[in-house]
Amino acid sequence: MTAFFQSWLGFGWGWFVANLILILLIALPLMLAVAMIIYADRKIWAAMALRRGPNVVGPFGLLQSFADGLKVFLKETIVPSSANRALFLIAPVITFTVALIAWAVIPFGPGMVLADINVGLLYLLAVSSLGVYGIIIAGWASNSKYPFYSALRAAAQMVSYEVSIGFVLIPVVLWAGTFSLSGIVGAQQGHIFGLVNGFGFNPLLFPLAVIFLISAMAETARAPFDLTEAESELVAGYQTEYSSMSFALFWLGEYGNVLLMCGMNAVLFWGGWLPPLDIPILYDFLFNASITGMFWFFAKILFFFFVFSWVKATVPRFRYDQLMRLGWKIFLPISLIWVFLVSGYLMLQKQGMLPW
Amino acid sequence: MVAHWIKTFTLWEFVKAHWLTLKYFFKPKATINYPYEKNPISPRFRGEHALRRYPNGEERCIACKLCEAICPALAITIEAEPRADGSRRTTRYDIDMTKCIYCGLCQEACPVDAIVEGPNMDFATETREELIYDKAKLLENGDRWERALAANLAADAPYR
Repeated sequence: MTAFFQSWLGFGWGWFVANLILILLIALPLMLAVAMIIYADRKIWAAMALRRGPNVVGPFGLLQSFADGLKVFLKETIVPSSANRALFLIAPVITFTVALIAWAVIPFGPGMVLADINVGLLYLLAVSSLGVYGIIIAGWASNSKYPFYSALRAAAQMVSYEVSIGFVLIPVVLWAGTFSLSGIVGAQQGHIFGLVNGFGFNPLLFPLAVIFLISAMAETARAPFDLTEAESELVAGYQTEYSSMSFALFWLGEYGNVLLMCGMNAVLFWGGWLPPLDIPILYDFLFNASITGMFWFFAKILFFFFVFSWVKATVPRFRYDQLMRLGWKIFLPISLIWVFLVSGYLMLQKQGMLPW
Repeated sequence: MVAHWIKTFTLWEFVKAHWLTLKYFFKPKATINYPYEKNPISPRFRGEHALRRYPNGEERCIACKLCEAICPALAITIEAEPRADGSRRTTRYDIDMTKCIYCGLCQEACPVDAIVEGPNMDFATETREELIYDKAKLLENGDRWERALAANLAADAPYR
């Protein structure tokens, strides 16, 4: 596509236009996906509580999120008089933007990635760390005590779980031998006996997949780690003072991040766009290899989103000290030990010192 | 001790809890689809008021004012005059539905089953004024709900 535009717009402009179109191709469906995923979240949560969930707007309530969005956009953006106006308004933009830009390096299918940079994983780590700025700035700029508490909690929580996520990723990178997400997905092909795709099926890496899943929930401040918006303690957390578009941007960003974390789970441990089994027919049973790859990737994202909602419906909220204990005293040591185990295993394998 | 560690590290309690919620996920819903589905209600249900008529179209109320007298919330206001044919009828029969406590005493006091509380509970309005019912509104309610009202009264008659 880039070559096509470059052929009649010149090198620079062709590249620019092609990438702009690709960005829109990712960002707009993502917004739609976020709207539908909010609906799915509410439906799953409701079903597990034996309720019906949204079922009035549109068939089965499918248009509920759009109705909510329309309502929110038509409202007035209220800026508290004592708030720091510029920061207050830029905070949701940061959260939203950061949630979107991370998708640049996610491979949707074989070769289907906007920016196949060779340090994709580091880029993802950097971007997901940036996400906390939106929340801290929102909490501080609101000039109100509950958002501020919430922002402090969010900062500490994200930093703690960022650490364990970092250590969980090291064994994956060691095993794949690359930081590029496409490379990591490729390395998972036929990982077990040349038949099963995905690091998560490896007994040595499975505990890491679990730790990563839980850390991802903590990182996106989903239940049971949603202390940043614990409504019984902090009203609505850092978004207490927000209304209208700025509130909607927080929501979009938050669910965009959740989708991103589901996608990262799929890419890092469960084979990304690869089918679960390394059987040729599973690679292109839908039209062609690209669409089949997207199918598998989206199926995995949806499965992990279901798990996220499932956990939200099941587990009560953690206390803050429990959260910190889990992050620093359990996940950090375990992931450190696992870095040691996996690197040791890989070294022994490389030296040919394993008995098998 | 070992069992405890195994339970902790396999997240056994979490797995059990998630299995439970997954079973609930596929269970039939406990809630009903309210405006389209309604729970059965007793024939004694005390909902919106209605003034009934006889089958020949004559209104039942004889303006005895027993309901006005017994109403603990003083929600009923009645004014009466002899009609042209000499029968005693109300010229005004107002119920302030915002005062009404739906105790059903008016219905019990009525000697001719004229004022009754029907099965209707969805009569929310946008303004307070709409909830101050006059005679025309109550008679209209009676006409609209007559079949249900008569059935309810008949079902409850053996216990009165």
